[in-house]
Amino acid sequence: MMKRSNVTGALISLPAISIYSLFVIYPLISAVRYSFTQWDGIGEKEYVGFSNYIQIFQSPELIGSIRNSLSLIIFFSVFPIFFGLLLANFIVRIRTQKIRSITQVVLFFPQILPLAASGIAWSWMYANNGLVNQLLRAVGLERWTQSWLAGFSTALPAVGIIGAWVLTGFCSVLLSTGISKIDPSLYEAARIDGANWWSEFRNVTIPGLRQEISVLITVTTIAALSSFDIIYVTTLGGPGSSTLVPGISIYRLAFTQSAVGLASAFGVVLMLIVILIILPIQIYSRRND
Amino acid sequence: MITTFSEKVLGRSMLILAVMFTILPILSMFSASLEPADSTPLGLSWPSDPQWGNYATAFSGGNVFTLMKSSLFIVVCVLPTTILFATLAGYAIGKMKIRGNSVLFFFFLLGLTIPFESLIVPLYYQVDRFGLLNSQLAIVFPLIALFMPFSIFWMRAHFLRIPSEISEAARVDGASEFQEFRRIHLPLAIPSISALAVIIFIWTWNQFILGVVLIDDPLKRTVAGALTFFQGQYWISIPLISASALIIITPSLILFLIFQRKFISSLLQGALKA
Repeated sequence: MMKRSNVTGALISLPAISIYSLFVIYPLISAVRYSFTQWDGIGEKEYVGFSNYIQIFQSPELIGSIRNSLSLIIFFSVFPIFFGLLLANFIVRIRTQKIRSITQVVLFFPQILPLAASGIAWSWMYANNGLVNQLLRAVGLERWTQSWLAGFSTALPAVGIIGAWVLTGFCSVLLSTGISKIDPSLYEAARIDGANWWSEFRNVTIPGLRQEISVLITVTTIAALSSFDIIYVTTLGGPGSSTLVPGISIYRLAFTQSAVGLASAFGVVLMLIVILIILPIQIYSRRND
Repeated sequence: MITTFSEKVLGRSMLILAVMFTILPILSMFSASLEPADSTPLGLSWPSDPQWGNYATAFSGGNVFTLMKSSLFIVVCVLPTTILFATLAGYAIGKMKIRGNSVLFFFFLLGLTIPFESLIVPLYYQVDRFGLLNSQLAIVFPLIALFMPFSIFWMRAHFLRIPSEISEAARVDGASEFQEFRRIHLPLAIPSISALAVIIFIWTWNQFILGVVLIDDPLKRTVAGALTFFQGQYWISIPLISASALIIITPSLILFLIFQRKFISSLLQGALKA
């Protein structure tokens, strides 16, 4: 009996195992293999050991693209989670069910858009005649107006704000459902102890949301490190390399500069960075459960 | 939760600001889309003479019909296959607890955090060798594979929640393994499966990078991947780009508004389980 069900189980897992091996595991192995070669994508591959990896860490442009994507974590993770916490706190206080769910639907909605479409919408927001400059002119800050995605120092924060726009609503809705699961008696106890808004937030809400927060850190950090879509439609990494991120570098190296080995090595490095960041968060949150 | 008056005012104003921040980019795109196609619009202003014709121009000039068909084809290939494969494997790992199920679990766990960016280069050459480059199948197979880890975890989590007494009762009644799955576990899994379907639909419909890398012809990509086509076609005309982008997001927007609760709860659960 036991044996037969093992065979059946293996058989029904086979389709999943096969397609996953063929289109995830196999390319993963190829990526590692290519990463040790110099290859233009057409000719012979030449084994070069670790030199691609060394080149990544010696190239200011590639290091810069890692640094940019780490800076984007501020916009993709820190802002959305911080404002998400604040907003969630206010959302759960809305008494009218109808208004509460409309607020949640509106805030959540950027999440269902293709990132590329959000990128296009925001390219227009940031344009010379776009809404951002129009608002600045309206409040008399004429001299601040500029083409936000074209400035060396403004492009990266501008792109980051697009990420914040996409993720803040998602975070606040997720956190608000988390708050409504916290035992109301904890809040009552805090009030009886004379807790004000802030200490209630710090001592009841935050500890009650630990699991949600660790999930959000994970999801938003991955989004920050793989921000290909938004950058591709807004700046393509420019001006100069001020908004270059690993995804764009990999794309350019492999498909416009024919440095397939180097591109593959960068893909492996990106994967390792993601694991290095995610693993401690996961271990920490699991241990505290 | 007792709320004081000042907290209420602060809360309301922050929420109103957040709601405005969320919809302004779309409103601004909408107002721009109604300006004459050859004009340079201003951020947000109601056009004196709304050019609804821009939508017709964008629709035909952008081959939106072809694009929607292409997207739909990709979804129709990816969605049922992903669900079928993941349900079966999730059942084997979570319910049947086959020998080596923890090894299998870790095997799939490996793929959960791989960014698509890390695999595009080898996938490109692999898909090329298979003769699939520039066809829709070039992204169908990798997408199914890349969705496997998440989908299997999702279904496994569902089957783990089902008490084992139910299976035992079925066994006592003499149900075969297949009957047990078909008559008992599959019906119970419908809510989890439909939530997974929502997530996979959104991820497929919005898929961008694989289309851009593996399919040269934007008209064979998903609609999201084709947005670059509009950028190329209409880069000079903000009204037409805006109109095309709005057309592109309309189907998901309508679906979202109809099934808002399902969408939100699925995507939230999706994040919490992954």
